[in-house]
Amino acid sequence: MRYVIQLFIIICFSFAGELMRRLLPFPIPASIYGIVLLFIALELKWVKVKQIREVSTTLIISMPVMFVPPAVGLISSWENIKDNWPEYLAITFASTFAVMAIAGWTTQRIILWQKNRRIQEESGNGKDNA
Amino acid sequence: MHDFLAESVYMGVMLTLGTYCIGIWMKKVSGWTLMNPLLVSIVLSIGFLCATGTSYESYAKGADVISYLLTPATVCLAVPLYEQIEHLKRNYYAVTLGIVAGVLSSMLSILGMVLLLGMDHQAYVTLLPKSITTAIGMGVSEELGGNVPVTILVIVITGITGNIFAEKFLRLIKVKEPIAKGIAIGSASHVIGTSKAMEMGQTEGAMSSLAIVTSGVLTVITASLFAQLT
Repeated sequence: MRYVIQLFIIICFSFAGELMRRLLPFPIPASIYGIVLLFIALELKWVKVKQIREVSTTLIISMPVMFVPPAVGLISSWENIKDNWPEYLAITFASTFAVMAIAGWTTQRIILWQKNRRIQEESGNGKDNA
Repeated sequence: MHDFLAESVYMGVMLTLGTYCIGIWMKKVSGWTLMNPLLVSIVLSIGFLCATGTSYESYAKGADVISYLLTPATVCLAVPLYEQIEHLKRNYYAVTLGIVAGVLSSMLSILGMVLLLGMDHQAYVTLLPKSITTAIGMGVSEELGGNVPVTILVIVITGITGNIFAEKFLRLIKVKEPIAKGIAIGSASHVIGTSKAMEMGQTEGAMSSLAIVTSGVLTVITASLFAQLT
């Protein structure tokens, strides 16, 4: 029974996301609106994490399986790229690794820089006190 | 038998779950990165359909039940995001700039390579939304006049690439901060990559979810500007 309620709450947010998708003119999918709505509801304590814990964990863990059917559907779009698939594949690989490297390095560089500054400030304060 | 396979509702579900289980088992036995359960499942399912001459439509009739869960599952990413929000507040600039850098490098690298390989405008706008989640990417591609099925294809390949190689690649380029790892995976390989980030850790998963939402929305805004560059 508990799990049914959990699933119901999650489906409600999916539905609300669907509704926003219909009402707003942006090419943003229901799931993204749903994340934002559920996040706001959690922040405002309208929903508590323990009310959806088990079902949400299960859904998140099972997520990779859910990509299999749409990916298998790609056999039908093969026609569209069979002439220049090496180019598409090369760009896809190269740009994926480029984004991963640049986003990762940028974030890490700033985090380390802020950490160092914090340490320096602290040691600076230490000297003042001494 | 052939008619039965075409009519069966559960064939698609069984094939999807069964091949995925085989993938998990092969990963466990071989310990090899390329034996990714998602990839194994896709390859074996396609192989089975081709071998038995079953159409994609009859497969999808059952298998689509599994993908219907994708929206609720994505919505659930709000939970780790909420639980890890302190990390975001403490590292606001790092996270924001990291995601912006990711979105810009995605579009610039695609622009550069499209020009280099001499591909046309349609190929360019088809590829532009490749690093964001399928549902947003489809909309962006359609709006810019791209080839939507191809966009879906490159988005899925991008995700699987991230899912398979992220852990090793990030170690190779010495990205060690969990927050930076999450942002890198989410920015580069959206939801499919994020399911890997979830396995790597709570912080990685939450930051990756955050990057999907933010980079998706940023791409909606900036892609139309970039589309005018070719």
